[in-house]
Amino acid sequence: MMDALGEPQSVLVLGGSSEIALATVKALPRARLRRVILAGRLSPALDAAVADLIAIGISGVVAESFDATDTSAHAEFVDRIFAAGDVDVVLLAFGVLGDQAEAENDPALAVTMATTNYTGAVSVGLHVARRLRVQGHGTLVVMSSVAGDRARRTNFVYGSTKAGLDAFAQGLGDALHGSGARVLIVRPGFVRTRMTAGLDEAPMTLDPEDVAAIIVTALRKGKETVYAPGPLRFVMMGLKSVPRPVFRKLPI
Amino acid sequence: MTTPVESPLARGASEQLLAGWGRTSPTLARVEQVSSVDEVRQVVAGAGPRGVLARGLGRTYGDGAQSGGAVVLDLSPMSDVTLDPATSTVTAGAGASLDALLRIIVPTGFFVPVTPGTRMVTVGGAIAADVHGKNHHVEGTFGSHVQSLTLVDGRGDVRILEQSGQGEEFWATVGGMGLTGVMTEATFDLIPITSSMISVDTDRTKDLDDVMARMIEGDDRYRYSVGWIDSAHPSGRGVLTRGDHAPAAWLPAKRRADPLAYGAKAIATVPPVFPNGLVNPLTMRAFNEVWFRKAPMSRRGELLPIAAFFHPLDIAHEWNRGYGPAGFLQYQFSVPDAAGHLVGTTLDRLRAIGAMSPVTVLKRFGAANPGPLSFPQPGWTLAIDVPAGVPGLAQVLDGLDELVLAEGGRLYLAKDSRMSPAMMAASYPRLGEWQRVRDRMDPNGVFTSDLARRLSL
Repeated sequence: MMDALGEPQSVLVLGGSSEIALATVKALPRARLRRVILAGRLSPALDAAVADLIAIGISGVVAESFDATDTSAHAEFVDRIFAAGDVDVVLLAFGVLGDQAEAENDPALAVTMATTNYTGAVSVGLHVARRLRVQGHGTLVVMSSVAGDRARRTNFVYGSTKAGLDAFAQGLGDALHGSGARVLIVRPGFVRTRMTAGLDEAPMTLDPEDVAAIIVTALRKGKETVYAPGPLRFVMMGLKSVPRPVFRKLPI
Repeated sequence: MTTPVESPLARGASEQLLAGWGRTSPTLARVEQVSSVDEVRQVVAGAGPRGVLARGLGRTYGDGAQSGGAVVLDLSPMSDVTLDPATSTVTAGAGASLDALLRIIVPTGFFVPVTPGTRMVTVGGAIAADVHGKNHHVEGTFGSHVQSLTLVDGRGDVRILEQSGQGEEFWATVGGMGLTGVMTEATFDLIPITSSMISVDTDRTKDLDDVMARMIEGDDRYRYSVGWIDSAHPSGRGVLTRGDHAPAAWLPAKRRADPLAYGAKAIATVPPVFPNGLVNPLTMRAFNEVWFRKAPMSRRGELLPIAAFFHPLDIAHEWNRGYGPAGFLQYQFSVPDAAGHLVGTTLDRLRAIGAMSPVTVLKRFGAANPGPLSFPQPGWTLAIDVPAGVPGLAQVLDGLDELVLAEGGRLYLAKDSRMSPAMMAASYPRLGEWQRVRDRMDPNGVFTSDLARRLSL
C-alpha cells in the first residue's frame, strides 16, 4: 500500500534494466519499500540492476523474466505478480530506439520497434490496468517521449511508436479515472542513456537521475502528464504549431 | 455521459473511493448496505479474493476503514437502540452512531461510558478501534465497558462474544480494527447522569512541565481531563480542562426544569474549496494564540453542555477539508510515564519542520485492558494533527517512531496512516497472539483492510 506520505511498498518495473526506471526506483522514498520486481529479458544487465538496488539497501528486489513482444504470456505474468501482493507503482519503461535510416532500409527493424514500444506496451498496459482496477489503487507510469508529440523526419519510426503509446496511455488514464488506479505519462526529451549513446545531444538534455526526480515528484503530486524537463511542455507546444513546410526543414 | 462499452476498467455504480478522515490514500471498493445479520452472513459467505470490511462513519484518520477492491459494508440500517434503565445498559446496532445514541439516552438520564473527541463514530467502530476519551485515566476504553457483542466471523457464523466468556476472541475483537469479523450489535454499560451539563475547571498552563505536573497531581480528582497544547509555541503552553457530570442541583434555576435537555448540532459544513497550505506556521501561530488567550487563566465550576465539552470539533461538518486536497494525518503515541519527555521532543521536532496544527491533545492514560491490539497503556498520550504535505515529515515521524518504540510506546491504529510493518510488530509485542486468534476466527482471510495490508497484520 502507498501510505499517507506517498511511500510505496511495492514497485514493478517492466523493462527492468532501463536506466531511467532504475534511477526512478532509487529516487523513490524507500523507507517502506519491500518488494521491487525488475522484469525484463534475463541478462547480465538485469542481474546488475538487481545487484545495484540491493547494494543501496533496498530489500525484496527480484528479477523476473519478461518479454514485451511475447504478448501471449502477458496475462499469466501480470496475474502472477499481482497474486503475490498488491503493486503500488508500475513503471512501463521498456522500449527500443532503432536507427531511423536503418529502419527505413529494413522495415523489419521498424516492425520490431513498433512491436516492442507500442504493441507490447498496449498488451501489458491493459493487463496491468485490469489488476490495478481490481485492487482499487496504484499508479501505472508510462514512459512516453516528446518524440511522440510530433513526428520528425529524423526519427519518425520511433516517434510514431511513442505517439501511439502516448495516445493509448491518455485514454487508459481516462478509462481508469475515479477507479483508484491512475496513469502518469512521462514525456522526456533527450536523456543520456545507453539508448542514446553516440547520438548528438539536444538542448535541455537530462541524465536519468533528473528524469527520475521529476517522476517521483509527479507521483507524489498525483500528476497525469509530466515533461522532463518541465519547460519542454512549452517547447513542444510551440513546435506542434509550426506549419509542416517549415517544420520539415527544421534541423531537429 | 454513458460509457459506450461495458468497461472492466471504469468505476461501477456501487463503487466508491474511500479514504480516512485524513483524506490521504483513497482506494476503490464496492460499498454494500446491509440491514440484517443474514445479509451480513451472505456477503461473508460470498466473499471474493479482495475480502470484506465493515466501515462506520469513516473517522479513522488513516486506512483502517477502507479496503481496495473489497466489499465494504455499510451497517447504518443496523442501528436499533434498546435501553435498559434498570441495569444502566444499552444494546445498540453496530451501525448506530454515538450521535444518535446520545440523542436517545441523554434525555433519559444516561451517558455513553466513553466518548472520543467526536460523536460521529459508530458503536462498531468504537469497539473495533477500542476508542478512549477524556476519562481513560479512571474508566479505561470503550471496549472495557462492553458486556457482549454479536459478530459474524470469517466462516459466516454468528457469534456472541462476552467479556466474561470467550475472553480471547472478545479481546481480539476489541481493538481488532474489524479484522476478526463484522460486528452487528453490542451491549454496554452506561453512565447514569442527572443533568446534561458538565462542570468544568479550566486552567491556562504556562508550559509543558506545568501542564504535565498539574495532570499528574490533580487528574485523579476528575473523571474527565484533557490538555490542549499550543503546538506553534516553543513553551508548549496550553489549556487544561477537567470536569465531571454536574448534578441537576448545580444547574441554575431556569434550567432545573429540564436538566437533561440535550442539543447538539453542527452549525456549518466546511465546503471542499480549501487549497493546500492554509494550515501553516503563520495561520497556526495566529489561531493558537487566540485559542490560548480565549481561555481563562483559571476558572472553576463552569457549566458546559455535553457537546461543547466533549465534541467541540463536531460544530463543523467535514472540517477535514480545511487541510486541502493533500490531506493530513494525526500522530498519536502512548508512552509510559518515564518517557514523558517524548511529548516535548515530538512537539519540538514537528515545529522545527513547520508541522503545526490547531488540534494538539495531551492526555494521561490509566490501566491498559487485556486487548492485544488495544492502544492505551498507563502513562502519556499525545495526539497532534499535521498536514501531510509538510516536507521532511516522513523522516521526522520515522525518527519519532524509533524513540517511541525504544521507550516501550506505540502508535494508535485508528490514527496511523504511515508507520512501518516493523514498527507495528515491535511496538505491539502481542501481535502474534492476536493473529493466532484472528486466524481461528477468520481462517480464510475474508476480513482485510488497507491498513492490514500495509502493516502485514
